[in-house]
Amino acid sequence: MLTLSLFIIPLIAGLILLNVKSKSLAGSISILISLVQIAVFGYAFSVFKGNSSLLVFDKPWLSDFAIRFHLGIDGLSIIMVGLTVVLVSLIILAVKNLNYENIPKMMGLILLTEAALIGVFSAKDIFLFYFFFELALVPVYLIANFWGGENSSKITFKMLVYTVFGSLFMLISFVLLYMRGQSADIESIKVTVSLLPNLIKQILFWGLLLAFSIKMPIFPFHTWLPDAYSKSPTPATMLLSGLLSKMGVYGLIRILLPFAPQGIEVYGEIVIVLATIGLIYGSVIAIKQNEIKRLIAYSSFAHMGLMAGAVLTLSVTGLQGAIFQMVAHGVNAVGLFYIAKIIFDKTGSRSLTTLGGMTQSAPLLTVMFMVVLLGSVALPLTNGFVGEFLMLKAVFDFNHVIGILAGLSVVFGAVYMLRFFQKTMYGPSNDTTINITDIGAKEMMVLVPIVIVVLLTGVFPNLILDISGSFVNSLGVLNK
Amino acid sequence: MYPIIVFSVTGLLMLFLGLSVSKKSLLPINLVFLIIGLLSNFIDWDAPGLYFNNMVEVSNSLILVQSVVILAGILVAGLSSRLFEDAVDHPAEYYALMQFAIVGALIMVSFQNLIMLFVGLEILSVALYVLAGSDKRNLRGNEASIKYFLMGAFATGILLFGIAMFYGATGSFDINSGSSVANNLPEGKIFFWIGLIFIFIGLLFKISAAPFHFWTADVYQGSPTIFTAFMATIVKTAVIFALYRLAVYSFSFEYANWSKFLVIIIGLSMLIGNLTAVYQSNFKRILAYSSISQAGFMLLSLIGLGEQSFGNLGFYTLSYAFATISAFGVFLIVSNDQLVDGRPNENINVFNGLFKRNPDLAVILLISMLSLSGIPLTSGFWSKFFVLNDAATKGYLWILIVGIVMSAVSLYYYFKPIRATFGNTESESITVSSLAKATLYVCGAMTVLLGVAPNLFRGLF
Repeated sequence: MLTLSLFIIPLIAGLILLNVKSKSLAGSISILISLVQIAVFGYAFSVFKGNSSLLVFDKPWLSDFAIRFHLGIDGLSIIMVGLTVVLVSLIILAVKNLNYENIPKMMGLILLTEAALIGVFSAKDIFLFYFFFELALVPVYLIANFWGGENSSKITFKMLVYTVFGSLFMLISFVLLYMRGQSADIESIKVTVSLLPNLIKQILFWGLLLAFSIKMPIFPFHTWLPDAYSKSPTPATMLLSGLLSKMGVYGLIRILLPFAPQGIEVYGEIVIVLATIGLIYGSVIAIKQNEIKRLIAYSSFAHMGLMAGAVLTLSVTGLQGAIFQMVAHGVNAVGLFYIAKIIFDKTGSRSLTTLGGMTQSAPLLTVMFMVVLLGSVALPLTNGFVGEFLMLKAVFDFNHVIGILAGLSVVFGAVYMLRFFQKTMYGPSNDTTINITDIGAKEMMVLVPIVIVVLLTGVFPNLILDISGSFVNSLGVLNK
Repeated sequence: MYPIIVFSVTGLLMLFLGLSVSKKSLLPINLVFLIIGLLSNFIDWDAPGLYFNNMVEVSNSLILVQSVVILAGILVAGLSSRLFEDAVDHPAEYYALMQFAIVGALIMVSFQNLIMLFVGLEILSVALYVLAGSDKRNLRGNEASIKYFLMGAFATGILLFGIAMFYGATGSFDINSGSSVANNLPEGKIFFWIGLIFIFIGLLFKISAAPFHFWTADVYQGSPTIFTAFMATIVKTAVIFALYRLAVYSFSFEYANWSKFLVIIIGLSMLIGNLTAVYQSNFKRILAYSSISQAGFMLLSLIGLGEQSFGNLGFYTLSYAFATISAFGVFLIVSNDQLVDGRPNENINVFNGLFKRNPDLAVILLISMLSLSGIPLTSGFWSKFFVLNDAATKGYLWILIVGIVMSAVSLYYYFKPIRATFGNTESESITVSSLAKATLYVCGAMTVLLGVAPNLFRGLF
């Protein structure tokens, strides 16, 4: 029931908010909903260790097809649901103080996205998973379209066609699976999947891989990403990079890993190589970017590549690192895009060539930016370090050459991030940056929790690794 | 059975009412007639049997399908208010013709005798030839009407020839008599086979499956939008169920032979319909080509032909009716608001900025387009899922993959109007009559409701 209410509350609130006109009322409703969600999640977390039946919701949906409305929470789900609840609350706090028209509708759409994401992260039935996977995109698509600037409809349309095309391959795989096993339950498919003929196994592997790698995205399916991230309004970008891209990694771990382990053993290396290419390619392009949103977009793409590679090494360290990095990257990406938005609102510029010297008039922003940035370049004692270290170790153990190449990304990451920092905060002030004011309490309310999470999980990674560890060990398909 | 009688009577009544009653009150009267017809449909509930000397069959499933037809008629009538009051001189005639068309469709859904199939098809078609050309001052409308008439008459001829051959082979017009030739020698079956092929061709023509689809786009584009919506839903529903009845009762013992050809026609319809629609910029032409691919999907249930197939097809037609009628409804309102050279603007750009001009219409259009392209949690997803699953269980895996890939292609053109709605525009907001608004709300709400709980309707079969 708890899982169901985590899903239902934002769904209903979102639908209500779509019809609310007053901005302040919408703001208070959505913050109230965020608090309720955090409280419900807190309660769910407290009963989670006891394996409580409170977390399971299981009702037949289409009985003659054995499709059930089955939600449940395990070690992986609780981390992702927690990430969703926290990040959506932060995004709502951030949006409340931004100058968009029609804020209530935007809040409503953000809450609808939250509902769909919680559905994805807790679905126990493949069709349910597929529905929410598709559904999560629709509100984000609407946000990007309606609040985006010039050309946004063209760009978001590309993203939509790309990802829906990918998920259709997931649907083909699921229908195939379902027709062979006559069950749609993820747990029971896990058991029967090894009995399938080889051809089906191959279709399954490639179909599912395609769907998830477009969503993340992995090289070479990333062409929708830079434009979609940089041209969409910031709330849509935060949702896309912080949460929707994680659905891809989650899908790899939840669906691809148990459903097609042989496929990964045979073809995993190809995908890891592709992911590493994407990792280096994304980093190199990020170094050359002058537009700050595009820079973060490419860095985000690079990070996703490493996560995919680590998952496909089929090792405990790799999986642990990827799960940890999902949280870390989600928090950092939201923080970075929010800071980019603050910089843009204060100066009217997103170009590194016209910015500079902001630290003199905005010392607080500089400190906040610095911490999030260090998390993103994987400095020890920040959250980025733990995930990157574990993932790189896994990739290195898998293949030394690929590991060393992937390790380069840490260097590149430091280059583009520090360049970003230096060109905005340091140097002489100029006309665009001389007259800005520092951030106030409203912005701090969003940035301080992010900074706390960055440092806390960096110093005490076991807060997350303990939970994910029990899940990873229960998977039982790993090499070491 | 009762609605056939009711609509025959109310149709005639309507013609006379047109002489004495004011234009404004005709629409409410028409709606009352339609609702009486819908209610009378359920008198026969749980009283299955054959009526009129074994001419029509009555059963619960057929009653549900007939309700879909009548419901589509009600929804179309709900959208028609402004059109009839302003543009048409003698609305009563058109209301009467729509009721006659529904009579034809009802007969086609429930015929037990091939003569009834022919009679039903003619009643439906003749009424629609007139309706297609009802805008007398529009050249395209006249073209559409003539084209539809010539092509349709030709197809009816082929169908009639097929029925004659069928009679020659079996000695009876009853649909169950097909199996009596099952034990004949192959040489003796030749007339039966010619009959089967010609009947199929005649009906596939009417449902606009490829390669018999050439008339569709021009007729859809030329006819007044309200009748295009009527045509798209009611004709498709009637014809697909006529085909389904023939496939089950008359031709099922030859399933292994004809299903191989039918599945190719289905694949062709999906490919031609979807790929051609991509290049269209006229919204009615887009929907015309989309209807060709939808016909392909509906025909999949004839490949399935399982226990659930009838219910799946019923669900498909209901879901298709809601989505198509709301798409045409929104288009009707928006295009009449923006005239180009004194005629409604039919280009895709008519939707520009709709989200700002009237967000409700934009959301309903979004739901309808999502449903037509088969996105989850709309009824369109389930309808495609059910029929594809039916066909795949019979071993036609490749058609499953073609169907899913073509759904992806269809996203491109179904999202063209959606993209346009988010554009910026200086135009004023659009006002919608309350009846049309209610109709559109019902369509949108039902699409979502059936998308969440498909068994609400499908479970009734």
